[in-house]
Amino acid sequence: MEAWRFYKKTLKLVVTGGPAYYGWCLFLICIIVVSFRYYLYQLDHGLIVTHMRNEVSWGMYIANFTYLVGVAAAAVLLVIPAYVYHFGPIKEIVVLGELWAASSIVMALLFVFIDLGRPDRFWHLIPYVGWLSFPRSLLAWDVLVLNGYLVLNTVIPVYMLVKLYYRKEPNWKLVIPLILISIPWAVGIHTVTAFLYNGLAARPFWNASILAPRFLASAFCSGPAMVIIIFQVIRRISYIQIEDTALFKIAELMAYAMFLNLFLLGAEVFMEYYSDTLHLASLRYLYQGLDGHRVLVPWIWTAFGFNVAAFFIFLLRWTRKWLPTLNLGCLLIIVGVWIEKGPGFILPGFVPGSLGEIYDYIPNQVELFVSFGVWAAGLLIFTLFMKVAIPIERGDFVHTKYGKDGGPARAMRP
Amino acid sequence: MADNKLTRREFLRTVIAAGVTASAFSLASCTKEERESFLQKHFLEMSEAEKKQLVARLEERYLKEYGRSFNVSVKESVKGTLWGYGLDLSRCIGCRRCVYACVRENNLSRHNPQTQWIRVLRLKKGNLVNLEKADQYYDPPEVPEPNYFYMPVQCQHCENPPCVKVCPVHATWKEPDGLVVVDYNWCIGCRYCMAACPYRGRTFNWSEPKVEKEEWNTDVHYLGNRPRFKNVVDKCTFCVQRVRNGRYPACVEACPTGTRKFGNLLDPESEMRYLIAHKRVFRLKEELNTEPKFYYFFAE
Repeated sequence: MEAWRFYKKTLKLVVTGGPAYYGWCLFLICIIVVSFRYYLYQLDHGLIVTHMRNEVSWGMYIANFTYLVGVAAAAVLLVIPAYVYHFGPIKEIVVLGELWAASSIVMALLFVFIDLGRPDRFWHLIPYVGWLSFPRSLLAWDVLVLNGYLVLNTVIPVYMLVKLYYRKEPNWKLVIPLILISIPWAVGIHTVTAFLYNGLAARPFWNASILAPRFLASAFCSGPAMVIIIFQVIRRISYIQIEDTALFKIAELMAYAMFLNLFLLGAEVFMEYYSDTLHLASLRYLYQGLDGHRVLVPWIWTAFGFNVAAFFIFLLRWTRKWLPTLNLGCLLIIVGVWIEKGPGFILPGFVPGSLGEIYDYIPNQVELFVSFGVWAAGLLIFTLFMKVAIPIERGDFVHTKYGKDGGPARAMRP
Repeated sequence: MADNKLTRREFLRTVIAAGVTASAFSLASCTKEERESFLQKHFLEMSEAEKKQLVARLEERYLKEYGRSFNVSVKESVKGTLWGYGLDLSRCIGCRRCVYACVRENNLSRHNPQTQWIRVLRLKKGNLVNLEKADQYYDPPEVPEPNYFYMPVQCQHCENPPCVKVCPVHATWKEPDGLVVVDYNWCIGCRYCMAACPYRGRTFNWSEPKVEKEEWNTDVHYLGNRPRFKNVVDKCTFCVQRVRNGRYPACVEACPTGTRKFGNLLDPESEMRYLIAHKRVFRLKEELNTEPKFYYFFAE
């Protein structure tokens, strides 16, 4: 019966809250409703209502998808210090990070879903029901690993939280293998996503073996940047203990990741510009403009500036350990990496096209609103997760027999 | 703990049962046509009887939707054929008659968007491989222009097609006669194949194709020129509806200069085999190892 009570109480927890909570949820729901109407419009008329065309057949949606897979993969930067090195301050919040990863994966999957022309035929992707082309198609791999990662990152934190609710020791024999799998799996989802593009000889800009390492490096910047901001928000509004040392540790790891990211970018730029072959065209289109087409140029230089600035902020100890500069660095990274591996990565793959055509793609209103909706949905899911997870973490939401002031929840953790 | 598990299991069972019932109801609420189309199997997994039913259903649907009676073929490839295409670059004058013959024959959308399977590139003389200077939208008063030559490109029907490799649901494949085709009823519209094609050989139906009632070509093949849906990928099939019945593709027939050749690569007497043996042929982007069955050459 306790399980039933748990469901009931969870539901109650989710539907009751202060005005700020209601306001925030209502705000997200409004965005979702508006964007859903745009999505229905897109379904009704076809993808012609977007700015994607035969020359640039992927745009805003797939750009966001790529970015979010990285954000999700970055949960390992919390999982490794927490479970492998038993770094206390992070161990206490790792569950929240995993739930953020799960929410990001949901967003990533939603972005693929809204990009599909025929979502009604989604079942063709289900093995045995439809006809999934595994292992030949990398997209099939991506479907499998992303869903697997979603399951892992839901099951692990939910299990830990439920155990905490019951004040019982988790069955480590069960959890530890799952946690250990989730580490290479995180690297795996982003590698497979990189391979998705990497394997296409038709698109020289993507067909570079540096792609997967670059993806991982930039993911280990943008994901943790979001986590640092989110943790501070949580700390402010929910009185949960999140120590500054946890944030500073994450920031330190980000400094390394950003260095690697910039280094790999430099390696790629050198190779392309010095060898100066026909394949340079895409990079030129991105950084200099091609035949007067300069849509991406201001964006990518903004991204470059942001990333370099953030690197120095995270490199210097005093800026890294001072919250205002730390947060500035995080924001710069979130935006900078989004430009770099969202539109800055997808679009030059298609321009110039395989027959040399240049089509300047800019997302239109439909694509922007549908994208906002997906982000709002992800944030809403995460908010609801937090609404339940935080009271459990804090020890307010426990098995009935421990009542309101049961023993300290934290004592249960090994 | 035992009864906890039970409730949990019961809870799950209720959820699943509710889901199944809900989807059953929503399926029951659509028309028979919609239902059958939604549940339709992959073309390669259909029996003869199922294909017959499919043809009847499609013909009825097209009659209702477009007011024309269509003749839908599911004819299989002819044994001992492997189709190859030849294009004489020294003859092409860039008139684009092939483009529009293809549009009419294959029921391509006429406007919003205007879809074309053949792209004619205008290249400056003195360069062949660098397509980055190619112009697809040349519009001079008269062709050919003195400083340029023209290179039409369409699906190259690769023997090692990257588009087929990447499709996550087997919606596109290579037929025994070498044609790369799409099951428009199976494609989920992810457009991965378009990213994978080095020849821009694939187009997307960004909206419902728009064709005037009297302009429909009603002689269609299931894997070829039948009316498409919005939001699925399609491509040149070397006119599967024609070549499996012993006719030339529409672009070959339309060409006023004899630039375009077509034939069976397995037949030693075919024109294609003669061309390969006697002319110096090359294929586009050979370095990608896609093994196109589309041969370019210079006869003069």
